[in-house]
Amino acid sequence: MVDVAFQPNSVAPARSTRKRASLRVALKRKSTAAFLMTLPLILLVGILVVYPAFYSLHLATLNKSMQRFVGFGNFEFLFKRETFWLVVKQSCIFALSAVFFKALIGFVVAHLVHNVPAKGQRKWRGMLLVPWVIPPAMSTLAWLWLFDPSYSAFNYTLAFFGIGPISWLGEPNWARFSVILVNVWFGAPFFMIMYLASLKSVPEQLYEAAAIDGANWWQRIWYVTLPMMRNIIAITTLFSLIVTFANFDITRILTAGGPLDHTHIFATWAFRVGIEGSDLPLGASVSLFMVPILAIAAVFILRDINKRGNEA
Amino acid sequence: MSRKKLSRRQFVAATALTSAALISAPFVRSARAAGTLTMGFWDHWVPGANKASTDLVNEWAAKEKVEVSIDYITSQGNKNLVTIAAESAAKSGHDIMAMPTWWSHAQSDLLEPVNDIMEPIIKQNGEVNGTVQYLGQLDGKWLGVPACVGSQIKGPCSRIDLMKKFANIDVQEMYPAGAPPKADNWTTDTFLKAAEACQKGGVPFGIGLGESSDNVDSAGAFFLSFGAQLVNAKGDLTVKTDEVRQALEFYKKLISFLPPDVAAWDDASNNKWLIAGKGALIMNPPSAWAVAKRDAPQIAEQLWTHGFPAGPKGRFAPFLPYFWSIWNFSKNKEAAKSLLVHLSKPDSIERLVTASGGYDLPAYSKLTTLKVWEEQGPPKGTLFHYPNPYNHQTLSIAASPAPPKIAQQIYTQALQTKMCLKYSQGEKMEDVLAWAEGECEGYMRS
Repeated sequence: MVDVAFQPNSVAPARSTRKRASLRVALKRKSTAAFLMTLPLILLVGILVVYPAFYSLHLATLNKSMQRFVGFGNFEFLFKRETFWLVVKQSCIFALSAVFFKALIGFVVAHLVHNVPAKGQRKWRGMLLVPWVIPPAMSTLAWLWLFDPSYSAFNYTLAFFGIGPISWLGEPNWARFSVILVNVWFGAPFFMIMYLASLKSVPEQLYEAAAIDGANWWQRIWYVTLPMMRNIIAITTLFSLIVTFANFDITRILTAGGPLDHTHIFATWAFRVGIEGSDLPLGASVSLFMVPILAIAAVFILRDINKRGNEA
Repeated sequence: MSRKKLSRRQFVAATALTSAALISAPFVRSARAAGTLTMGFWDHWVPGANKASTDLVNEWAAKEKVEVSIDYITSQGNKNLVTIAAESAAKSGHDIMAMPTWWSHAQSDLLEPVNDIMEPIIKQNGEVNGTVQYLGQLDGKWLGVPACVGSQIKGPCSRIDLMKKFANIDVQEMYPAGAPPKADNWTTDTFLKAAEACQKGGVPFGIGLGESSDNVDSAGAFFLSFGAQLVNAKGDLTVKTDEVRQALEFYKKLISFLPPDVAAWDDASNNKWLIAGKGALIMNPPSAWAVAKRDAPQIAEQLWTHGFPAGPKGRFAPFLPYFWSIWNFSKNKEAAKSLLVHLSKPDSIERLVTASGGYDLPAYSKLTTLKVWEEQGPPKGTLFHYPNPYNHQTLSIAASPAPPKIAQQIYTQALQTKMCLKYSQGEKMEDVLAWAEGECEGYMRS
């Protein structure tokens, strides 16, 4: 029984009570809590990623002195430059070959580690992750000393076998090889650890069934392991493709884009043009050129993942 | 006695009012009555050199009652260039910024003209060289005050013993300490012969052909000594000229006497080459000698800094000045100008140069004979000719006399070293020139 007399003026308080109650309910909802907890990160991404991205779009439409709107003028200019197409070609060579070898080495090493008895596996995992956890600027400096034009430790060693000296960073093809090698060395552990995690989730019964069917080693990999790892391979490839296309530090430290621009990739050339050459709009245009390439790659790779997800 | 109680609401209101008053009124009259001044100076690599700058700034600040704050910004990894670009984009930052070579021109729209202080400074310290005028002035407007800190000439630094032994050249006799140079025979032809002799002796000259500043500066000075300009002062393309062809022919011969990996050299490679005792000559300010004095004293004792060889069109040496420029968004321009006048006094400059061990070079004609260069050693007098005391060579910068905004692109893209490399690697002369012309056309965009 309600012991409060009816009051006509109490409609508004009742409404506000209801509002407060519904706010409380909303706050109690898991999705609201999750949104509020991720809000700082969303804000951070907004400030540090979304705003700079739109600002660079804006920059790319300005003239060199940033006083006049030129639309796609910077891109038209770039398309006529021989060096720009050299950079596009090199960025593709660099990213595709580095990602391919990182994936291949990661795959092989993940299998090797997976087959190490559980007791010693942790040590191997730890050791193999070392290249990935060292800041690349530092480890690349060590590589620079190994490749040093005049005092290369590699050349010193090769000399014992009557080979060399090789101009690791002075000859265009060797320089390309060197920057790709360092990138593979740095990135392969990431693939290894992702593939290892994926391998561990493949049910043993599938291998047992394959063995009963008389599948050999290669067939087990082709028909069991690879299909089970397809999604993780696609995601790591996409992630690595983005990171490798946007790589800066390794090339900058090892060759700074030389010799004769033969190791420049988008980020190093954008820095050269935009910061060192005081042409920020052109630098922004160079770096933005990565976006359509990566967007196309992302669409293809992610579409494939969705398809398989639906099949499942 | 009644005691008034302070409610929570009153307390919050009072705190908010006090905070607002403090934030909105920073310029309360005090010991720091002339406001604040911030500066981004180049971070000197010589230990203790920054302290001389700090002391000079603090002395001035105490006298003028200005609160100062100095950031020393390294040029390692081009951090100073990134800072300049960021401050120019944000239109906010330091009041005074140390601008290397091309950067005063690159930011000319955002810099406060300093003609009013430059005139008395020049009257006091003597004329500035042509490169400082080229890099520091735009349409008669001074974009900054030439800073001695960080300014340098990248002339030859030779091994006395090796040059005598293999090239039969006595560099000390050619450039005697305390006396004018006797270098009439020190020409590009002699230089080539010496390079060949030293290469045969197993101690080749260490002149890089990479894309970093040391390499570009050497190529630029040699190009000018042949009269080779890629773009002239009016902004016309002058790539396909006999002078450029001669410069490329010279470099092709020179490259055959250099170490095989020079295409990959950066600014540290030549220093290491000399300090390790592998070569007889490099093109560098005295930093290589100073490091050798610390790490390889037996090498340092044999080093002598001197002038560039003369080419058919004159004797040119690379000069890379810094400028102290004031942003036009600075809130204390008058104080900034007053500080720059203080830093440009002869006494201040001498203190700065001495603290740098003679590395820093004033741009003014009356200040090229300071004691520090006479006294440095061993060997004594090794730096005597470093500041060009007899105006024996024309101080220049690669890619000049092209309009600075075009020249900066030629310089940054290392166009001259790339041309030399392409030609030496077998590309046809006319193909190299056509390629370079196309590149220069691209640099002319505004």
